[in-house]
Amino acid sequence: MAQRTELYDQHRALGAKLVDFSGWDMPLHYGSQLHEHRVVRGSAGMFDVSHMTIVDVSGLEAEAYLRYLLANDVAKLDAVEGKALYTAMLNESGGVIDDLIVYRLGDWYRTVVNCATRERDLEWMQRQATGFNVTIAERKELSMLAVQGPEAIDKVSQVLPRFATQLHELKNFQAIQKDDWFFSRTGYTGEDGLEIIMPDGEVVQFWQGLLEAGVEPCGLGARDTLRLEAGMNLYGHEMDESVSPLAANMGWTIAWEPADRDFIGRGALEAEKARGVEWRLVGLVLQERGVLRSHQTVHVPGSDRSGEITSGTFSPTLGLSIAMARVPADVGERCLVDMRNKQVEVDVVKPCFVRHGKKLI
Amino acid sequence: MSEFRSDLKYLPSHEWARVESDGTVTIGISDYAQESLGDVVYVETPEVGTEVTAGEEAGVVESVKAASDIFSPVSGEVIAVNEALEEAPETVNSSPYDDGWFFKVKPSDLSELDDALDADGYRETIEED
Repeated sequence: MAQRTELYDQHRALGAKLVDFSGWDMPLHYGSQLHEHRVVRGSAGMFDVSHMTIVDVSGLEAEAYLRYLLANDVAKLDAVEGKALYTAMLNESGGVIDDLIVYRLGDWYRTVVNCATRERDLEWMQRQATGFNVTIAERKELSMLAVQGPEAIDKVSQVLPRFATQLHELKNFQAIQKDDWFFSRTGYTGEDGLEIIMPDGEVVQFWQGLLEAGVEPCGLGARDTLRLEAGMNLYGHEMDESVSPLAANMGWTIAWEPADRDFIGRGALEAEKARGVEWRLVGLVLQERGVLRSHQTVHVPGSDRSGEITSGTFSPTLGLSIAMARVPADVGERCLVDMRNKQVEVDVVKPCFVRHGKKLI
Repeated sequence: MSEFRSDLKYLPSHEWARVESDGTVTIGISDYAQESLGDVVYVETPEVGTEVTAGEEAGVVESVKAASDIFSPVSGEVIAVNEALEEAPETVNSSPYDDGWFFKVKPSDLSELDDALDADGYRETIEED
């Protein structure tokens, strides 16, 4: 039987269409994915993301271990308590095992990794811990909600007045841990908002409080269109173990300095950079009717190699179709995409289409 | 739960057909189909005056989730298309059997519909899935 989050009965009661997501019964939408998308862009919506894997890293050598394990450098987190960092975890050949966020909370670290890669991640993290004085603990007893949208912080403060002051002072990409509650000003939608981790036993009451405060439930469908408009990668689409972060628009997450920091995959990435990166991840915009879909072929004028759409959808905010695609690095301003029975011309843009409710293209 | 209507004929590919009192046939997609597709964002209908063939592709419906071909349950000339869907494709979700119709055909051989499913037969094909 599929795994269920603590909120499963709540989803059922709200009429969610439930789908299997990596072995979990998760809400796809509660009626209309488009409506949920617009709610997050305009006010506040909430997502049950308790299927995601929370892994805490502690111990005397936690920092040294994570500086070796991750392509970004957790030493950047030293200055500010609760600071968050987006990073790839690479294999030896520089392929992306997973993308994750890591937070420093005093002398320990919290990571949130993908549900679909959970087993591989945990096995890899344990294996690489050999020789380090660290403890790696999965926190299965915690639930996680993302409350996203311009009104998200106000709404959460309304439901949890005891945290209101701290929540309003929280900086972007920063987290606080209070009692058993963890609040982080991060998200996967391109809007302001919070990701909140709490004990399993407290999530239902919190969810109901948010509902009463007017926060609407949103499913994985809206989560996908929101992240795609925001130009955020989805593991298994934009990258996997065969893809380098340099070919997945994640070059900015690689901390090359200090040059003497050895991290897994560094050698392979340096060699790739020296050779010249052959592929890049771009955004595509279709100005005519139709919807770009993943795996469609992208032809680059003047190149004998073709690329592929990694994620495509209808953009509710822009009212047309957008996509991310991996294409030869020398791509120009236009490409051709093989759609059902026809070829269409698309504009090549930076893979970021909407941020904070504003259209960027 | 999906709605099935006893005055309609269905294809296993989820289109419905309704024979109107003037002998023309109206075509759309079933309630089950719109639920499975999710929010519909584009509908491509055949042009008025073109000929469609029973069992062959006559249009496309695209939702946020997927694209799906529309097959015509009957052969004949397209005499009307639902132009309102261009501006409001979500009508397919809110009213699949009424306001969300796709196109109307002047059938060349109405007996082609004898092979289509009735509501109970169509319901059974879905429950087998």
